[in-house]
Amino acid sequence: MALIELHDVHKVYSSGDEVQVHALNGIDLTIDVGEFVAVMGPSGSGKSTLMNVLGCLDRPTSGSYLLDGHDVSRMNKNQLAEIRNQTLGFVFQNFNLLPRMSAVENVELPLVYADVPARERTRRSAEALTRVGLGQRLYHHPNQLSGGQQQRVAIARALVGRPKIIFADEPTGNLDSNTSIEVMAMLQELCRAGITIAVVTHEPDIAEYASRVIVVKDGKVLSDTRREPVPAIVPGHAPATDPSTTQIGTTR
Amino acid sequence: MSPTVTLRIATRALQRNGLRSFLTALGVIIGVAAVITMTAIGEGAKARIVEAFASMGTNLLVIMPGSTSLGGVRGGSGSMASITWEDLAAIRKEPQVRSAAALLRSTASLISDSSNWSTTVQGTSAEYFDVRNWPTSIGTPLSASDVDSGAKVIVLGQTVATQLFGEGVNPVGQTVRVRQVPFTVIGVASRKGQSPQGQDYDDTAFVPQTTFAQKIQGGLGKYLQGTIFVAAYDTGRAQVAVEALLRERHQIREGDESDFSIRNLAEIASAQQQGTETMTTLLASVALVSLLVGGIGIMNIMLVSVTERTREIGVRMALGAKPRHVLAQFLVEALVLSIAGGLLGIGLGIGVAMLLGERLGWPVLFQPYIIMLSAGFSALVGIVFGLYPARKASRLDPIEALRYE
Repeated sequence: MALIELHDVHKVYSSGDEVQVHALNGIDLTIDVGEFVAVMGPSGSGKSTLMNVLGCLDRPTSGSYLLDGHDVSRMNKNQLAEIRNQTLGFVFQNFNLLPRMSAVENVELPLVYADVPARERTRRSAEALTRVGLGQRLYHHPNQLSGGQQQRVAIARALVGRPKIIFADEPTGNLDSNTSIEVMAMLQELCRAGITIAVVTHEPDIAEYASRVIVVKDGKVLSDTRREPVPAIVPGHAPATDPSTTQIGTTR
Repeated sequence: MSPTVTLRIATRALQRNGLRSFLTALGVIIGVAAVITMTAIGEGAKARIVEAFASMGTNLLVIMPGSTSLGGVRGGSGSMASITWEDLAAIRKEPQVRSAAALLRSTASLISDSSNWSTTVQGTSAEYFDVRNWPTSIGTPLSASDVDSGAKVIVLGQTVATQLFGEGVNPVGQTVRVRQVPFTVIGVASRKGQSPQGQDYDDTAFVPQTTFAQKIQGGLGKYLQGTIFVAAYDTGRAQVAVEALLRERHQIREGDESDFSIRNLAEIASAQQQGTETMTTLLASVALVSLLVGGIGIMNIMLVSVTERTREIGVRMALGAKPRHVLAQFLVEALVLSIAGGLLGIGLGIGVAMLLGERLGWPVLFQPYIIMLSAGFSALVGIVFGLYPARKASRLDPIEALRYE
């Protein structure tokens, strides 16, 4: 079942009078529910623009974008905000946690904008943090957490709103290799639990963990390969076997 | 998003930069405090004037003889004997005049058995106590028969009674010597307080005008060498009537200057009141300007805050914050700053005004409507000066905001 359908999507930036940059140049793309997609490409290839459009942060100049059956290419700012809040989750390279708030308050943010009552917000946030292995660090502030832990708080924040798809933009860019594998293992785990995952990366070994690799160049899809993903196993740790009873990842 | 959540986000953001928030609010604090203090002092001064004129009597006209002019040297008000006792009798017949009395003054030393005191001795008639609405607290005032017979009786003011006989002593029946002449004290006038100029009304003594002329200062001739106090039903109309009457009696031609002057105390009172009101308005306007400057301070710091938190805004937008959520967040922050500043300013203003009142003896008066107005105005300042930064924040592009370093 298709979750995302892009048809002939163009994105043109005009800077100055005559100069126009075709960041996306006719993209056709379908992503099914439950896929783990890695988007790769050199800088300037248009992969960031593609992720912004997919993440409903930006609207295409032309073409259609069906997300979960809704045409989001013509939605206004408020409708896009609602879609981001209800259907999407975001994980960023630099975590983007709010520094003066505890882990649980950071995770609560999407629920604040979804008008979830305070008590339920706290309950669901604690639940999401427990799921990423931070059940013991609910009230820690970001500066009291390691990089890997911060990224796990961000993942908890991305999944607390029960999204259909999580977008991760270079999620391992600021992490060491072991922590990177942990984070990827966590994303694989979420994928197994039914959440579609889209990761932007320029590292081939990170893309290995995806079940589908899309290479973008000059605003077009250069290649689109499906293959068996490499399971993310942190050296020295046993792989998680049953997602329903096991925490994702480990606490460092 | 519920208002309480918005409020909590705002207060936490402000607490985070505690000193900065306080300094920003200080503009509003000082502005509001200045408004409160200035108006409290102004209103206090106004109230004191009203009180002072009320004790003097506001339906009062004071008629003074004109000035002499000898070889270019002008003698000043009252230096020319132009008003006669017959003028006084005529004035008493005017329908607008309720009562009128002459008042002759001289400074003299009063000597009791144990003490002496220099004061203004005033020669007048029974009507004066009615004109000034000034009863005696002990004994009786001067009577018509005292005046007719030229009795050697005296009514003391409170200050004089205290100076000559001591606090709380009843001097009625005692003898006071004025210029070697013994007077019997028949009464003590009640306490009148201060004139608008701060002069002590109670530092005086009254004797019959006839006795005054015989024993204290010159003969009781044709001319009245003092002033006339007139209690009017309507001071405005009485002034016109008395002026016309005296001009006719003195045969002054149209266009010529009168040889007397009439002072309308109600007019003076309202002029003084208007004066303080103008002053209060002026001071309050200056204070309001400082409140506006405080508002600009809020706008400035909110713009800094929006820039500093561009990334936070981007994150919140990515997670589903709508433009109006961001707008509300920053607007409420500005409002909290300005309202907190306003409340602190009201407290500070009341404190400073009370301190000034206590230390300098200035009268202060707090008008509830001014306090409400100040609180309302500081909230308005928050909205007006918070709106632009908040709109700026709400219109940020989430992608740009997320990329902001």
